[in-house]
Amino acid sequence: MNEQYSWRDFDWTLLFVALLIAALGALEVYSATLSTPWHDAYLRQILWIGLGLGLLWVASIIDYHWLVQHAPTFYVLTLVGLVGVLLFGTVVNGSRRWLPIPGLANLQVSEFAKIMLVLLVARLFAELPKGRLDLPTLVKAGSIFLIPLVLVARQPDLSTSLSFLPILGMGIFLAGLPRKYIAVGLVAATLAAPVGWFLLSDYQKDRVTAFMNPEEDPRGKGYQALQSKIAVGSGGIWGQGFTRGTQTQLRFIPEAHTDFVFASYAEETGFAGVLIVLALYFGLLMRIVNNAQTAADPAGMQICMAVAALLLFQITVNVGMVVNKMPVTGMPLPLMSYGGSNTLTVFILLGLVNNVRIRRFTN
Amino acid sequence: MTRFDQHRPPSRDVETSIFQYIVAAIFLWLLTGFWQLQVQNPEVYEERATLNSVKALPIPAPRGRILDRDGRVLVDNIQTFRLMLSRDAVRAESAPLIAEGLDIPYEELVDRLGTVGIQPGPDYQQVVLKDGLLLSEVAFFEAHRGELPELELIRSPRRRYPLNGMAAHMLGYVGQISKAQLNLEEFVLHKSGAEIGKAGIERRYNDFLVGKDGRRLVLVDSRSRRVRDLNREEAEPGQTLRLTVDLDLQVVADLAMGDRRGAVVALDPRNGEILAMVSKPEFDANAFVGGVSEAAWRNVARDPDKPMLNRATQAQLAPGSIFKPFVALAGLMEGVVDKDFQVLCTGGASFYGRYFRCHRAGGHGWVNMEEAIRVSCDVYFYNLGKELGIDRIAKYAELAGFGSRTDIDLPAEAEGIVPSSRWKIRFFRDKWYAGETISVAIGQGALTITPLQAAHAIGGLAMGGVWHRPRLIADSEAAKILPNYSPPEPRRAEITEEQLEPIVRGMWRVVNDGGTGGRAMIPGRSVCGKTGSAQRISLTLAFENDDPRLLDDGWFIAFAPCEAPEIVVSVLLENGEHGSWAAPIARDVIKAYFDKQERRARPLRQQDQPGAPQTAKAESSRP
Repeated sequence: MNEQYSWRDFDWTLLFVALLIAALGALEVYSATLSTPWHDAYLRQILWIGLGLGLLWVASIIDYHWLVQHAPTFYVLTLVGLVGVLLFGTVVNGSRRWLPIPGLANLQVSEFAKIMLVLLVARLFAELPKGRLDLPTLVKAGSIFLIPLVLVARQPDLSTSLSFLPILGMGIFLAGLPRKYIAVGLVAATLAAPVGWFLLSDYQKDRVTAFMNPEEDPRGKGYQALQSKIAVGSGGIWGQGFTRGTQTQLRFIPEAHTDFVFASYAEETGFAGVLIVLALYFGLLMRIVNNAQTAADPAGMQICMAVAALLLFQITVNVGMVVNKMPVTGMPLPLMSYGGSNTLTVFILLGLVNNVRIRRFTN
Repeated sequence: MTRFDQHRPPSRDVETSIFQYIVAAIFLWLLTGFWQLQVQNPEVYEERATLNSVKALPIPAPRGRILDRDGRVLVDNIQTFRLMLSRDAVRAESAPLIAEGLDIPYEELVDRLGTVGIQPGPDYQQVVLKDGLLLSEVAFFEAHRGELPELELIRSPRRRYPLNGMAAHMLGYVGQISKAQLNLEEFVLHKSGAEIGKAGIERRYNDFLVGKDGRRLVLVDSRSRRVRDLNREEAEPGQTLRLTVDLDLQVVADLAMGDRRGAVVALDPRNGEILAMVSKPEFDANAFVGGVSEAAWRNVARDPDKPMLNRATQAQLAPGSIFKPFVALAGLMEGVVDKDFQVLCTGGASFYGRYFRCHRAGGHGWVNMEEAIRVSCDVYFYNLGKELGIDRIAKYAELAGFGSRTDIDLPAEAEGIVPSSRWKIRFFRDKWYAGETISVAIGQGALTITPLQAAHAIGGLAMGGVWHRPRLIADSEAAKILPNYSPPEPRRAEITEEQLEPIVRGMWRVVNDGGTGGRAMIPGRSVCGKTGSAQRISLTLAFENDDPRLLDDGWFIAFAPCEAPEIVVSVLLENGEHGSWAAPIARDVIKAYFDKQERRARPLRQQDQPGAPQTAKAESSRP
């Protein structure tokens, strides 16, 4: 595994696009927290971005084959961390999501679990015994994913646990799932939906009903959705201007610098600004897919596509929520939402993609 | 295809391409969301966003309380609810609902809604729609809050006059500033819609009583529900005002007057402090707070009894015989007569070809000054007046404070008239006829005074020529609230002991020696007094007309103790026929004054002391 790589092989395009999005995110965090007691949040966000760049570099140089090989170890460590969260985690807003690291920060282990799952999916599906997917492998993969998924859902953090699914789904999809399984899976999902409804907790049900009809109770469950919609709408084509958004500055938008940062951004920069950021995200995803296509081996491809699937899922759920096309969930927008764990996780994931790219000619 | 193809594992280009299409589809789907909200119909949401905005709500400052000299509350505030209207959000379609809920006639409401928009002031400012809401109205608003985003309910202090009409004229009342008042210098600091003192103390000391309203910037959502306060400036309450009035004396004077028309003024001649001021009939200022209907106001304004008139400072009437001590003073000080000068009263006398009657048909016989005051002999004062001439009478009347404002700290004080040759020329372009002097000498003719002037004048005379400006705020209090306050200098005249004595003795005998003011006698106290019965029209006319409003006005002025006066009382009974009917009112007030003084001077009664023997109780409870 001792190979040479040059700075020229580094994915500068990916890095540039990612940093551009992160910069716009930090600016919006600045604007959205301007009139709040935590108005220095943007400084910390910049710190996270800087730290993320360092971790991106680290995640790029350690050969991904080694990482994939040791995925089971990471898996066990992650499970220990998740159990630790359930036992010792700090409770915020009724959820136990953060593991306090003394002297450092609160770690959201479920975010870092995503990295581990990306590596794990590469390990599970890259080298299939018969060259194609069979039922035992599928059951095994499903079981392995189910444990962290349940642990995170118990926190409860439904949106993060759900974000594990696209990683698994993309792995199965690329492994070449037979058509009959796809059909069976679709039927099963249709049947499971009503059953799942009963398994949801009350606040989760409330969010779904509020999503269906936000105007029904504007102050209650539908409030966040409605305020977000008003914010986006009042942005118009050109936006109300940086730090000038009424909804943002008057703090009508809930979580204006975290989950709803894109609503603030849309209000202040308008449709034009939305178009730019969505184009950047689109470019980012296309670049990752391109890296998957040029990957040297199935493991590399699996890694890139898993990252792409995860990012697409998060972007869709978050931005969809902002325009009231998705229910309100606590899903951060990759690279834009304020937060340490999620920002670092995205940079590490991009580092893995870069890792695959650097080594695309080897082997 | 590149040259590395052969070394590659089975390509997943199909799957990755499918993914690319999915990404493109999802992004297009998301973009349509932004397109719909931001490009297709952004107005809808712009409007929502502004509705979803800031309301500036006042925090009304409570007016300062008004206390009596012992700190008892004369005017207070109660907490009420007030409905505010956002002038920038007035909607015609809300009018029927508001009119129904607040019981405002629909036309009147539409009228008001139409005018709030054009009043000066920033758009986000709120105007008062209704003050002092009933609980049912508060409940109505709470139930319809979502439908009426232009309304906002705030707590507001409301003026309360716990005496329910007692001392109403002196205390005054509050109301919304009128258009005319907005242009007065007095109210230059007040904006449209402000509550100001409209009369009495409330008006005179308005600047001290008003507090500084606070303000709250409140974030409200699209349904007018409060999200949170953005900014809060607390209200500064107005200053508490302590008057010189003694509630005990005020109550006694008020009760003594009963429902008779007239006025009572009690003051301390040593410093001019008003102890009680009653004007009857009175009005209940509580009815005016928060606006009074036009019909109710017309009723009050057209009442022939003129309840809004503060008779103590604004009734200008002929004093009748209570003016005689001042004519006596003029005679003595000008050296026209001495105390032994005598006049023969035969029931009347002729002057300048006209016969003037004395009030006693048989006459008083020979009377000197002391006796003339005691029996109120008109003939004596006709003669004295004739000797003095009008201008010398006027000089001493003016010295005593008649004919000009006493400058008491109440608005709209009347001056009264002291006729003189100069006055006659000025107002009638005619010379003074000597015959007119005769009437003035007994307090009739063109002479008019106010009850306050009467108390002020006799107080200064009794003090031996020191007339303090009447005041409702003691000097010590005024120094606290007024910057650079210096107590006004009293007006002084050199009245010698010899000049004062016959007047005071005469007035003492009025009360204590079978005089006309015998009803003012208090055993054990030296009370001086003088009755007055002033004709409203000539006697002959009065006989032909039995209108009770043409009956004589009864006056009584008194002070006590005679040798070193501490309290002066003047009483006016409109159409009271004779001053002797006014005397008991003055007596009640003076008695209350001394009773209270005695009560305070006496050591604690033993029953009030814990552990005192039971037997001592009965001994000390009553004399």
